[in-house]
Amino acid sequence: MLRLPDVSKAPFETLVDQHGATVLRVCRAVVGFHEAQDAWSETFLAALRAYPELPDGANVEAWLVTIAHRKAIDITRARARAPVPVDEAPETRSTVGLPTVPDPIWTEVAALPSRQRQAVAYHYLAGLPYQQVADIIGGSVEAARRAAADGINSLRRNHPQSEQKADSR
Amino acid sequence: MSTPQADPTAFLAGLYDPDPLALSRLRDSLVGAAAAADLIDVAYRTIDSPVGTLLLAATEQGLVRVAFDLEDHDLVLVGLADKISPRVLLAPKRLEDATRQLSEYFEGGRTTFSLPLDFRLTTGFRRAVLAHLPAIAYGHTESYSQVALAAGSPRAVRAVGTACATNPIPVVVPCHRVVRSDGSFGGYRGGPAAKSLLLELERTGAR
Repeated sequence: MLRLPDVSKAPFETLVDQHGATVLRVCRAVVGFHEAQDAWSETFLAALRAYPELPDGANVEAWLVTIAHRKAIDITRARARAPVPVDEAPETRSTVGLPTVPDPIWTEVAALPSRQRQAVAYHYLAGLPYQQVADIIGGSVEAARRAAADGINSLRRNHPQSEQKADSR
Repeated sequence: MSTPQADPTAFLAGLYDPDPLALSRLRDSLVGAAAAADLIDVAYRTIDSPVGTLLLAATEQGLVRVAFDLEDHDLVLVGLADKISPRVLLAPKRLEDATRQLSEYFEGGRTTFSLPLDFRLTTGFRRAVLAHLPAIAYGHTESYSQVALAAGSPRAVRAVGTACATNPIPVVVPCHRVVRSDGSFGGYRGGPAAKSLLLELERTGAR
């Protein structure tokens, strides 16, 4: 990738290109597969708004994940405040092609306690070191590490493919 | 690719699906939302043309940059982020008029451009030179010294050359119509072949 010493900031388009997929994964893990789209859009719109003020040399991915974390909390709170009781899921029409069918592991991720889900998302899906994960979710680095490990262990236990692959018994 | 067996998180593979379809939909809606919120400081797109792929970039004020392939479009975008604003997005809508007028021009059916232009990437005398260039009619040429005279500084022939060489909006602002007094083409930001092609296009289109 292009790097010039005298240039402070990449065009925003580059951020969307380089980090869009990661932020989508993180949003899917933290707010759930279907609400991830809103979280992603709100994250990048907020990032675009704030981008000129981002200090030069800042870790862009950690910054985006931090914004995604806050947006996810907003969305989760809004959902809790305004529960919409429905007997059946309303039919929504996909605007472009077929809706994406999520891999079953997303259901397992959704079932994790929220701190484990966040720690797994930020460490395993965004690749942030535990120090940054702790900065985002609060608590100690050790607690972040433990939450991620617990989350991964319970995913490994529950995910059917991992049992097939397990050769320990 | 590292060996999959060695990865203790291989069972997470389903979480790493890049899902390009979902991403491209999200990108489109982001561009729409960003435009609605006036957050696109520089919109750009590329178009195919007889002089190669052109990068077109516009601020809210107007077309601010046209760049040839050989300028390296990635570098040009980095420069725009640096000089104007890092809020740079691939957002073709703002460039619809420019795209249409350029394609008409390259087909020989358009002799003048009617587009809002943003000259913020040039200043002072260079800007005065560029302001004069549209006065050179389609299919005609002027020498560097004629342009210097018209821009009010008859002795600034070399500075006219610099102004043309650094024209941020080539093709639309017709620096290709400025040639050496001996009739040879002189330099061009898009390379001598592009300059010759544009002059030839205008020679035939003008008839």
